[in-house]
Amino acid sequence: MEPIYLDNNATTRCDPAVVEAMLPFFTEHFGNASSIHAFGSEVGKALKKARSQVQALLGAEHDSEIIFTSCGTESDSTAILSALKAQPERNTVITTNVEHPAILTLCEWLEKEGYIVHKLKVDKKGRIDMDEYKSLLHDRVAVVSVMWANNETGTIFPVEEMAALASAKGIMFHTDAVQAVGKIPIDLKNTKIDMLSLSGHKLHAPKGIGVLYLRRGCRFRPLLRGGHQERGRRAGTENSASIVGLGMACELAMNKMELENTEVKRLRDKLEQGILSQITHCFPTGDVSNRLPNTSNIAFEYIEGEAILLLLNKMGIAASSGSACTSGSLEPSHVMRAMGIPYTAAHGTIRFSLSVYNTEAEVDRVIEAVPPIVAQLRKLSPYWTDKGPAANPEAAFAPTYA
Amino acid sequence: MWEYSDKVREHFFNPRNSGPLEEANGIGDVGSIQCGDALRLMLKVEPETEIILDAHFQTFGCGSAIASSSALTEMVKGKTLDEALQVSNQDIADFLDGLPPEKMHCSVMGREALQAAIANYRGEEWSDDHEEGALICKCFAIDAVMIEDVVKANNLNTVEEVTFYTKAGGGCAACHEGIEEILAKVMADRAGPGEVSPPPACPATPEAPKPPSKKLSIVEKIKLIEEVLTSVRPMLQRDHGDVELADVQGKKIYVHLKGACSGCMMEAATLGGIQQKMIEALGELVQVLPSSHMPAEA
Repeated sequence: MEPIYLDNNATTRCDPAVVEAMLPFFTEHFGNASSIHAFGSEVGKALKKARSQVQALLGAEHDSEIIFTSCGTESDSTAILSALKAQPERNTVITTNVEHPAILTLCEWLEKEGYIVHKLKVDKKGRIDMDEYKSLLHDRVAVVSVMWANNETGTIFPVEEMAALASAKGIMFHTDAVQAVGKIPIDLKNTKIDMLSLSGHKLHAPKGIGVLYLRRGCRFRPLLRGGHQERGRRAGTENSASIVGLGMACELAMNKMELENTEVKRLRDKLEQGILSQITHCFPTGDVSNRLPNTSNIAFEYIEGEAILLLLNKMGIAASSGSACTSGSLEPSHVMRAMGIPYTAAHGTIRFSLSVYNTEAEVDRVIEAVPPIVAQLRKLSPYWTDKGPAANPEAAFAPTYA
Repeated sequence: MWEYSDKVREHFFNPRNSGPLEEANGIGDVGSIQCGDALRLMLKVEPETEIILDAHFQTFGCGSAIASSSALTEMVKGKTLDEALQVSNQDIADFLDGLPPEKMHCSVMGREALQAAIANYRGEEWSDDHEEGALICKCFAIDAVMIEDVVKANNLNTVEEVTFYTKAGGGCAACHEGIEEILAKVMADRAGPGEVSPPPACPATPEAPKPPSKKLSIVEKIKLIEEVLTSVRPMLQRDHGDVELADVQGKKIYVHLKGACSGCMMEAATLGGIQQKMIEALGELVQVLPSSHMPAEA
């Protein structure tokens, strides 16, 4: 039985065309792009091409606005730390409480260092309150950092509108777009977004390559200082093979953008409907009318996510969960808690994230596999009876919590 | 994916004794806030003999919570209540050929459900007395609450001391920043407002001991050494280990590390901690070495 991979928001497989484009840069075109000789200039040309491929996918005005980094996290840290360093008179960061740890953990550290961090709350569908946001924009804010789309629910944030509001007040705007790039159209030149992070491995390029988009004219302080690579904005010898791979992946993503928003979306909807129609007491989380085309996050009440994943894995199906147990942390997913999803449901959330490589047959197999797994675990659950959830689950089972 | 043992996987995929138990006369409902997991343990106890005739469980939880529950029911069946109360969370983990450190609290939950179910049978009120916090040390499964309690109770000031008292930080050392944060917090509370000082870093070399007021006789010295060993023994025994004095040769004190301590990856940290206490007690620089380092008899 062929395994089914529905965890594309975690990482994606490299497209074979990407790998093929990369291979010559390990053995044949191994030169250092900074060198004068022919070995170097070959690589220099390839980097230039890759830069323009990324530029095209992002709709950036200039190719020099593309800075290659090692990953999305590096891009995020570079952006926020740069904004604070370049504007010492500003001490505040605005973000949301559903960001990826790449932003949230950095912000927790910034708070310890004495900076002020405002985390925007979200409603039960994961949407922010624009009035709250507007009320927080003042002249001590160095940067606003809001994800383009949420990694767990796929919910899309109005970053273009938010960037315009920030820009009107002279505040820098950064977006962590690692989940959005390649899945929804982006045209940065017609926005007021100053900085954007992307990560190669989320769009079928290899791991270990990322990009920071930096609008021309946006004040900047590098994170890594050293050589003159990336115009002195990110020192360190270019990861040429991966940069070439990312360029190719961006070109492929451009070509498949429509497929992503039609066929992938159709399969996602079929999967979600197939599950929801067969199982009681489960619901999709996030803003289902405004989300990435590939993501479906379903909360299965009264059972726990890791147990579901283990049984899915036994059937050859790979997905992920917002349960505390899969992260080794104290709490279930901060995204689910931020949306006010009760513990008994938050622990049972499963994220299915598709890609253009998934097929109809795979989706059919998953629709068939999920109901018996949920039934099996509910039979073990103290919140559940043979007829459905206990009449008043919270009262029927009220454990002493340690 | 967690590294679950085959036995954990087997008990998860094929749980024993799951579902309600109609004739149950002892029920324990407990949850672990750490994971959001919760467990109902149902016991059928024969009143005359207090033997557990049957045990069932229902669990809302992850793979290891379900496996721990299943294991627990198998372990207690046929035992008397007093025998069952001897089952520790470590016994549950051992029965399953071990649990990942992040998952040890699942076995703790099993033990608590057992205590709660027996209390319920006996008509007693069961209340939990321990609190779980965020996992700090992944090598030895030590959480923040435990570290904070030990730091407070023993007035600890350094990461090294925390390692000696709790083992936390004695493995890969990646959690030292987390331990330093707890130390800083407790020390700030201790100092009160306005006197906050950062925790000192691990000292590279032990502080020079105070000169002894008078030279100790060999008998006095051995007595002090035995006192130090007696004071650390309960901590080692808690981890199924022990220590005994082997010999004293000048400034070298040789000890036998026994039980779980022998061959433990923490041996150096354990000896280092004992050595620090010896230096403080004796007021002179001494070395504490494992008995295996003793020079061969001449």
